[in-house]
Amino acid sequence: MSGPHSGPHSLSESESELIMGDPGPSGRFGEFGGRFVPESLVPACMELEASFRRAWIDPAFRRELDHLLHSYGGRPTPVTECLRLSEELGVRVLLKREDLAHTGSHKINNVVGQALLARRMGKKRLIAETGAGQHGVATATAAALFGMECVVYMGAVDMERQALNVFRMELLGAEVRSVESGSRTLKDAVNEALRDWVASVDTTHYCLGSVMGPHPYPWMVRELQRVVGDESRAQCREILDGKDPDVVVACAGGGSNAAGTFAGFADGTSSVLVGVEAAGGAAMHNGIPGVLHGMRSALMQDESGQILEAESISAGLDYPGIGPEHAHLAAIGRARYETAGDTEVVEAFQRLSKTEGIIPALESAHAVAWVIRVAGTEVLPTGSTVLITLSGRGDKDVAQVRDILRRGETTPR
Amino acid sequence: MIGMPTAPGRGVLETTLRDHRESGHKLLVPYVTGGMDDEWLVTVEAVAGAGADAIEVGIPFSDPMIDGPVIQEASLRALGRGTTPTGILADLGRLHVGIPVVVMTYYNLIYRAGHQRIAGLMAESGVSGAIIPDLPLEELEPWARAADDAGIATVLLVAPSTPPERIAAICRRSRGFVYGVGRMGVTGEQSSLAGSAREVAERVRAATELPVCIGIGVSTPEQATTVCEVADGVVVGSALVRRLLEGAGPVGAAEFVSSLRVALDGG
Ligand SMILES: Cc1ncc(COP(=O)(O)O)c(C=O)c1O
Repeated sequence: MSGPHSGPHSLSESESELIMGDPGPSGRFGEFGGRFVPESLVPACMELEASFRRAWIDPAFRRELDHLLHSYGGRPTPVTECLRLSEELGVRVLLKREDLAHTGSHKINNVVGQALLARRMGKKRLIAETGAGQHGVATATAAALFGMECVVYMGAVDMERQALNVFRMELLGAEVRSVESGSRTLKDAVNEALRDWVASVDTTHYCLGSVMGPHPYPWMVRELQRVVGDESRAQCREILDGKDPDVVVACAGGGSNAAGTFAGFADGTSSVLVGVEAAGGAAMHNGIPGVLHGMRSALMQDESGQILEAESISAGLDYPGIGPEHAHLAAIGRARYETAGDTEVVEAFQRLSKTEGIIPALESAHAVAWVIRVAGTEVLPTGSTVLITLSGRGDKDVAQVRDILRRGETTPR
Repeated sequence: MIGMPTAPGRGVLETTLRDHRESGHKLLVPYVTGGMDDEWLVTVEAVAGAGADAIEVGIPFSDPMIDGPVIQEASLRALGRGTTPTGILADLGRLHVGIPVVVMTYYNLIYRAGHQRIAGLMAESGVSGAIIPDLPLEELEPWARAADDAGIATVLLVAPSTPPERIAAICRRSRGFVYGVGRMGVTGEQSSLAGSAREVAERVRAATELPVCIGIGVSTPEQATTVCEVADGVVVGSALVRRLLEGAGPVGAAEFVSSLRVALDGG
């Protein structure tokens, strides 16, 4: 066999020099990434990597994907300038509107790509984990589109706080399985999906929802989400007379909308890249390097290495880790990671609704909250320009926020 | 693979298992989750005395992704009792079971402790091998080097999905024995033996001189004897741990292990 660390043999020189390029067969982003899975899954991960490599350079695959993202997914999504909020904050705020994509978030970009790939590989069943339910809904949607069977694993806690999304998945023909182990949230749903996959890998594609997990997922999902960043860069240049935004912000749970956004700006611009985690699930702030779910990355863990439970108002950010490429981007100083707390997030949720007529997903509201907090400070000086990826719309969250506001508190658990 | 160290001298684990095999004896390796109840050390001793050739002790992890409900539950109970990796190793250090002890755990606990440090602690505790199921061949080296240096045998796994060239590479790098994964799936009892169990045993058997033990989905004396028509031995986990969760205690655990021993001895 070829040595896994023998270097990026299949990469063009330019790819390997990019900050967000191809990590090569080892799946390493600096010291992070890799493929830490049981032997049973290693051949499947290798097959997936090979299939994705072939598909990604196949013009027919790319044409079909682009066509579906356009005619079915509603791409390109617009960039909207927030006139009232900009005036209030003294900075120019642009929103990349992933809330307008089909199913209401960026998750559809990844899922349509993976479903196409699954079909190419002859897999007839999709499984997925979901936190907020958005990735589950997107996977169920793609399964319906392609006539595939779909099982979604969702923590019992999340099923309660995102009950409407559970029903949506069922309407779309998916089976939602409640995960009762551990913290009964996203981390445990990933465990359960991996357990399913070990037993079903012959017929099943694991449609992982973020830039995490074993190689090739962190790279593959970032490439499938790159469309967000590539579109944004071109759209910003139109709006900003050929310039790039000073700061580019996205929320980060596993980190897929952030990675897709950053991929459009990391190379070739000097835009400051900022990922905003939930204060209660801040792997980059409170985590240290470790190995979970197939990857080495920053993880919230105790002194023995037991994984800690994240706690956030937003189910989609309730994850004790983050994709390995983010740990790498932080290590090399190309991106920085900040946090937003539940209270300011609920405020940002309301403020964007009132000033712009856009109800953001609670996850996306983290990015908005950080911008509101730092506008006018040295990170985001008055007069500067900021692009926020609005990863999803808030319809799924309105009941939860109503309850929080009625109770006059911001900790829903 | 380039840069792989050559096999060091046979350690205690390999020597013991080879000796037992050469004496015409099938290998029985029961698994117990460390720290799962107050009596777990007594259980380990009782099981060792009931005809085991080596014993596998699980160091519980918060996210045991290759384990089914039974071992998940045992891990949860152990963690709930404040069980830690270093605590388990310290306990094992005080134990004299007379057979090799192999620890099974997940890589994050090893990584967090530091490869050399934890390999050293294992050696001090008299542990002779380690099974780390989420550490495949490509990611193995930093740990395996530290383990080799400390005299800890890193037992590698071969799955039903592993292609032939890879089986050969895994067998070359495995120490102590080779762990054949009996079925595609997580740990857990099965009412019948998967066809893949015998197939994996045959493939691994053909690739190595090391002892070959099949685990995952081997639950009963009948299943154990069937697999051992091809394999050198079996690892039995969930079937034993379920009995312990149900309150079988050291005596009940020893009875079950004896029944496996008797069956494997042709009784
Ligand atoms: C709207 C929205 N944004 C963000 C996320 C977080 O995922 P990621 O960090 O991978 O973009 C989720 C996850 O459920 C989501 O639904």
